[in-house]
Amino acid sequence: MTESLDTEPTSTIRLTVNGTLHVLEVPDRKLLSDVLRQDLELTGTHVGCEHGVCGACTVQLDGEPVRSCLMFAGSAQGHEVTTVEGIGDDPEHPADVQQAFIDCHGLQCGFCTPGFITTIDAYIDENPHPSEEEAREAVSGNLCRCTGYQNIVSAVQRAAELRAEGASQ
Amino acid sequence: MTTRLFGQKITRREDPRLLTGHGRYVDDVSGSAIAAAFVRSPHAHADIIDIDVSGALDVDGVIAVWTHEDLPGEAAQRLPMLIPHPSIVAPHTGYALAKDHVNFVGEPIVMVVAENRYIAEDAANRIEVDYRFCDPVVGVEASRAGTRIVHEGMTDNVAAHLVQEVGDIDSGLGGAPHVLELDLEFERSACMPMEGKGVVARWDSGDGSLEVHSSTQTSTGLRAVLAAKLELPLTKVEVITPDVGGAFGVKINHPWPEELAVACAARALETTVKWTEDRREHFISSAHERAQTQWVRVGFDDEGRILGLDVKFWHDNGAYLPYGVIVPLNTSTHIMGPYAIPAFRVEYWSLYTNTVMVTPYRGAGRAHAVFMMERTMDAIAAELGLDRAEVRLRNFVREFPHPMGLRMQDGAEGCIDSGDFVTSLDKLKSLVGWDEFESYREQARSEGRQVGIGLACYIESTGAGPYEGGHIEIESSGRVNVWTGLTSHGQAHATVFAQIVADELGVPLDTVHVTTGDTRKLPYSVGTWGSRGAVMAGNALHLTAKKVREKALRIAGESLEADPEDLEIVEGMVQVKGDASASMPLAAVSVLSNPLRYAFDESARAATQFAKESDEDEPSIRPGEQPGLEEQEFFSPLRSTVANGIHAAIVETDPETADIRILRYCVVHDCGPMVNPLVVEGQVHGGVAQGVGGALYEKMAYDTDGQLLNASFMDFLMPFASEIPHVETDHLETPSPLNPLGIKGAGEAGTIPAATAIASAIEDAEGIAIRSMPLDPSTLWHMRADHAADAAHSR
Ligand code: FES
Ligand code: FES
Repeated sequence: MTESLDTEPTSTIRLTVNGTLHVLEVPDRKLLSDVLRQDLELTGTHVGCEHGVCGACTVQLDGEPVRSCLMFAGSAQGHEVTTVEGIGDDPEHPADVQQAFIDCHGLQCGFCTPGFITTIDAYIDENPHPSEEEAREAVSGNLCRCTGYQNIVSAVQRAAELRAEGASQ
Repeated sequence: MTTRLFGQKITRREDPRLLTGHGRYVDDVSGSAIAAAFVRSPHAHADIIDIDVSGALDVDGVIAVWTHEDLPGEAAQRLPMLIPHPSIVAPHTGYALAKDHVNFVGEPIVMVVAENRYIAEDAANRIEVDYRFCDPVVGVEASRAGTRIVHEGMTDNVAAHLVQEVGDIDSGLGGAPHVLELDLEFERSACMPMEGKGVVARWDSGDGSLEVHSSTQTSTGLRAVLAAKLELPLTKVEVITPDVGGAFGVKINHPWPEELAVACAARALETTVKWTEDRREHFISSAHERAQTQWVRVGFDDEGRILGLDVKFWHDNGAYLPYGVIVPLNTSTHIMGPYAIPAFRVEYWSLYTNTVMVTPYRGAGRAHAVFMMERTMDAIAAELGLDRAEVRLRNFVREFPHPMGLRMQDGAEGCIDSGDFVTSLDKLKSLVGWDEFESYREQARSEGRQVGIGLACYIESTGAGPYEGGHIEIESSGRVNVWTGLTSHGQAHATVFAQIVADELGVPLDTVHVTTGDTRKLPYSVGTWGSRGAVMAGNALHLTAKKVREKALRIAGESLEADPEDLEIVEGMVQVKGDASASMPLAAVSVLSNPLRYAFDESARAATQFAKESDEDEPSIRPGEQPGLEEQEFFSPLRSTVANGIHAAIVETDPETADIRILRYCVVHDCGPMVNPLVVEGQVHGGVAQGVGGALYEKMAYDTDGQLLNASFMDFLMPFASEIPHVETDHLETPSPLNPLGIKGAGEAGTIPAATAIASAIEDAEGIAIRSMPLDPSTLWHMRADHAADAAHSR
């Protein structure tokens, strides 16, 4: 039995990513994570599970952390997306949260890291002085298989310190 | 003098790139390449009657659909058995795409290549496979029973069988005043790196060459096997391992079926083809580890000294044996741990089942060995009413080197080369407050809380050979390029190897640049596994740097008119020892090392002042010399080093819900001198987290039909930050005599004893013997009920 499939439906979407407006023609079912990685070549956002648990794909949508593997790119239409590259994309001058990870040895393979960075970047605005317990709580929606989390927890507190210093300058 | 970088907590040089989204993992390499997806068996054991791919061919955007018949030549033959071993009695491996049979849920049967992964999956869903079902064999018990057989032509399910013996076990056990028997059980888990496996294969039809990017742990191994399977000259295949998002063992097997199938497709289609594993695929078709059923019989004296230890265990190796028997072999050779045991006998059976194959996972086989030995130690202490730490102390090896009398995975006799177990135990006891615990327990009890403390000692053969190499080149700019064939998956190789090289060469750290896992520069390498990276490549690079340094001093000596013996390199300047006035930059030495002197940069122009008049009777390059300040060297050890350590855990168990909480976790660890303590600590933290996962949460739940019931992160519970305790560490550095740097491996130290230390603590809290791991609250709750019923019964 042969049966031909219709070409898949696509839509034109307007999406601001890291401050730049993009107009893209994408299949309706294409995930935001795939559009970021494949169409926009922002490969800093990683995919670890594609079912919303690991948090590797976390980006900010209008400043709030969201799982980009659980969203169609079409649903982000008209919103502002910030990826890890939008937090800081210059290895010579890392942003405060990124610097905190260097200081605390908060990463090993680095695969989960962008998801932690986007999560923490939003968190420390909300809570500028997290206790160790609060810091742990803040990152306990993201999986990391390498670090054992201890140094990531320290990095949350260090990031808050660096942000406070930055703000007071 | 430049300060020595070895031993310093240097922050990682790979971080800025990875943190700013500039990492380059395998799926990042070629986003637009056409993509493969696989049809996998939904059945654990079946014959394939028919495959109908016609539905897939009609899907817009599909480029090719391959079954086993489409695989060319050698690629259609069975996948290799990578590490043969005399104990293997029935070697079975699978195919890149299943031929006539499937032996586990997840086995690849058809490959679809399409414009992108979405379309490839659409098409894969339209492929119909007809099966004739066979009875599946699931779990050690079913496999041992042998009433159902996994592989046709066999009369049982035994893949391998081995006995090793030290001393006389019969008299050891026979003469012992006390004898105990233990039945133990260790469950299946899996590495679960956050990045799954992946491959991007690019065929260049112009010169008939294949370039493969893979998230492998052994780029040289993958290169060689792809060349063999695609029947290509080795020089026409290169493998590049970019950034890898964690591996922990699962990426050591090679080739994975997909790596081979995708490479074949790239060649046939004359293009670039990629495959990126999704999480469900990783669960059902990548390797697992851990499942064993164990039996121990131990004889000991009134003081708790072991006189004889007899062990049997049955290891579930899954459907195939592509990586040989490293896991059960490691278990068998690590059981004696840090103890001097006069008579020892171990016998194992490695068994086929219709489940995903088993290959090494962090702590490969050793976690299981520790479980047997340390549960035994606790049982002896309980039997004699002795302190558990004291029993261990009485059995410790005290003289080094200590030959173990067993053949290890590298084929050499195992030997504990160094260590000081007595001091380690002292350190651990004071770190965790062992002697004060009883008063803490009392206090907790008065608050209605139930706590327990446990410990577990381990040894780990690390830094296995046969060799590892280094390649170093100093550019005329002074930049030092370093290559090692080892791959890197988060172990900070770019930092620790730079520390080692910078020390030996006397150059600033930031001039040293390390490249790992690229077969184009260093085709001879073994791979990153078994805590061997720092030991093997670290020492190889140390030796290579020495060789480069010698050459640099020889060349500089001629210009400075000094004996090379009298020269040193400080901050990148070659100078007469203690006299910076007669000096030249290493960059200039590099220029001088190459008689082709185009003055295209500053150092080349500057070097002319050091150049000597050339001798008319001699060629520019003397016999035996090579142009360039560049050397290669290899390190090959006599045998594996043996690292060691002790973990302790304090747990609290809820009297109502049986919830288990880790209150404290302490590690004393001896991997010899630490190149970078920051990195070692990180390895320990991460290892403990995996161990805690294995102790309390992670377990592969197969049903009797061979379906994996928990193949997602929603159902297979990997710990988040909320489940992992703060880890307290202390170190002891006893150098190994087996390599110039004296180092021993550290990669698996955190994982190996974790489940066992936690078992010991739960047993102490509950007063119920813990004989199987992992342990979840509901199992503990039922154990309590059974225990209470038993106690009532015996009253
Ligand atoms: S990839 Fe989105 S949560 Fe795991
Ligand atoms: S650093 Fe590897 S998964 Fe987090």
